[in-house]
Amino acid sequence: MNIRSTLQQDVQGQARVRTGGKLLGKKIKSQYQLLLMSIPFVIILILFSYVPLWGWIMAFQKYSPGKGISGSPFVGFDNFIKLFHDDRFFLVLRNTLVMSILSLVTSFVGAITLALLLNEVKHVLFKRAVQTITYIPHFVSMVVIANIVITFLSPDGGFVNQILMATGIIHEPIYFMSKGEWFWGIHTLTVLWKELGWSTIIYLAVISGLNPETYEAAEVDGAGRFQKIWHISIPGLLPTATMLLILSLGSIVNTGYESQFLLGNSLTTDFYEVLDLYALNISFGSGQYSIGVALSIFKCVVSLILVLSVNKLVKKAGQASLF
Amino acid sequence: MRRKLGAGDVTFNILNYMFLAALMVCTLYPFINLLAISLNESTDTLRGQVYLWPNALTWDNYRVVFQNEMLLGATLRSVARTVLGTALSLIGSVMLAYTLSRKEFFLRKSINLIMVISMYISGGLIPTYILIKNLGLTNSFWVYIIPGLISVFNVIIIRTYFDQLPDGLVEAARIDGANEFQTLFRIVIPVSMPVLATVTLFVSVGHWNSWFDNYMYNTRDNLNLLQYELMKILMQSTQQVTSNATGSLSSESLRQITPQSIRATMTIIVTIPILFVYPFLQRYFIKGIMIGAVKE
Repeated sequence: MNIRSTLQQDVQGQARVRTGGKLLGKKIKSQYQLLLMSIPFVIILILFSYVPLWGWIMAFQKYSPGKGISGSPFVGFDNFIKLFHDDRFFLVLRNTLVMSILSLVTSFVGAITLALLLNEVKHVLFKRAVQTITYIPHFVSMVVIANIVITFLSPDGGFVNQILMATGIIHEPIYFMSKGEWFWGIHTLTVLWKELGWSTIIYLAVISGLNPETYEAAEVDGAGRFQKIWHISIPGLLPTATMLLILSLGSIVNTGYESQFLLGNSLTTDFYEVLDLYALNISFGSGQYSIGVALSIFKCVVSLILVLSVNKLVKKAGQASLF
Repeated sequence: MRRKLGAGDVTFNILNYMFLAALMVCTLYPFINLLAISLNESTDTLRGQVYLWPNALTWDNYRVVFQNEMLLGATLRSVARTVLGTALSLIGSVMLAYTLSRKEFFLRKSINLIMVISMYISGGLIPTYILIKNLGLTNSFWVYIIPGLISVFNVIIIRTYFDQLPDGLVEAARIDGANEFQTLFRIVIPVSMPVLATVTLFVSVGHWNSWFDNYMYNTRDNLNLLQYELMKILMQSTQQVTSNATGSLSSESLRQITPQSIRATMTIIVTIPILFVYPFLQRYFIKGIMIGAVKE
């Protein structure tokens, strides 16, 4: 019986191998509409996400645009060695890490606090108004946001300087945007202002999904508002919050560069330049394309390692993992 | 059986409402202030003192901005990019998502893998630039639309929504003899409006707000977008910039009003469309985001 069934399976297996080509043809024939719907877009995806990886070869060459990838000589790891001996690289890496950690922490704390406060509002219309209004900056372009920040901090009649002067805190207008050491703070506050409302969405959803009976039971036991927040809402938020925090750690070197580009100026370069902007600068500014690509590779590899190890961490913690 | 509010509770409520009200003011005030400046005579604005409403109401700033051919052209291109880009991107994402929600599709797993990996690996700015240049997409309108046509994140959101539709829906259409295209466009799409509204909002806002591809790939003025023109004016006011960024302000027609008024007016022009569509789509998007967050 056993032997017969394995034999049968074997025969079937061989048959499958033989008809493999035919089967594929049959599948293509019967699912050609699904193929028509997907293949063109998969090709675009592959073209713009995978084909650029070919350009990584440049990092191991002494690339010059005139010779192209096929004509440029190979130099091994020279570009990486140059990159890791470049002081500017470490400065830029520092800027990237500092700004993403600052934004990560402030938005994390801010979103949870705002979600808890909003949850205490029993007036539905007021709550909805706060949500609607605080979501707006998320949808407004960074160009506009930067414009607002620069206008409001302007030493030439800017709102903030006007207030500080009127209240007598300062007597001379402050040139906020020209002070490198203030850039990180201004950048962090700008990003917080833009994304604060939007980032509460997920926490509000989690709080509203918590069991109302727990709150009622606590109330019967005489728990006050703060005790309910401390013992029910916050522990309820914690799993989601840790998960999100850990996941965003994975993208810590992968932050955007738009906000830095728009808020920064030549006086604050040492503080605003992040990895991507430096890669652009070193490539198009000084023609060292190979080093720019080496920088991109470094960034991609580090963030991949971070994402994978973070995923492992989450798995160990028993949470649903990313993959 | 409601517990009576204690004194601490009342104080907390008052403070909480005050804080949230202050937050709303902080969020809205900059926009209201810029609106007031954009509607105020530009010479009057120079004296300061414009806060919540214009002191000397005028449409001059808007007239001047729209009379400037460069800015008018940029506005029209931004609209074209947003409409065309959103439409094409939505069609592509919906079709791709639909095929991935069909369990019998034999490439389903492979395409899924290709999508997920592409979220974590990127060639970087320079290789992408070289590719786009080699494809002949630099200095062309299509660079705004084709490279970003498929956003994996959006495809996943839509697919997750399709996945939870009842199986009977598609099967019934199949029995009635509908082909895949008919099933998708006549049966599946009409019942998926919440998620499609969400994705439409994300994609259209993304297109409307983009400027970096303009900066990277298009050097010709007749391809510039509104956000990029605003960016140039912004850069000009904060630092000495390259000659290519001085174009619009030095033009004769714009000298009638001050740079501050031009900036405020353009800021309002690029912000208004967003404020206009957002409330209509708002009721959908929270749901849409949660769908995306539950899975993946």
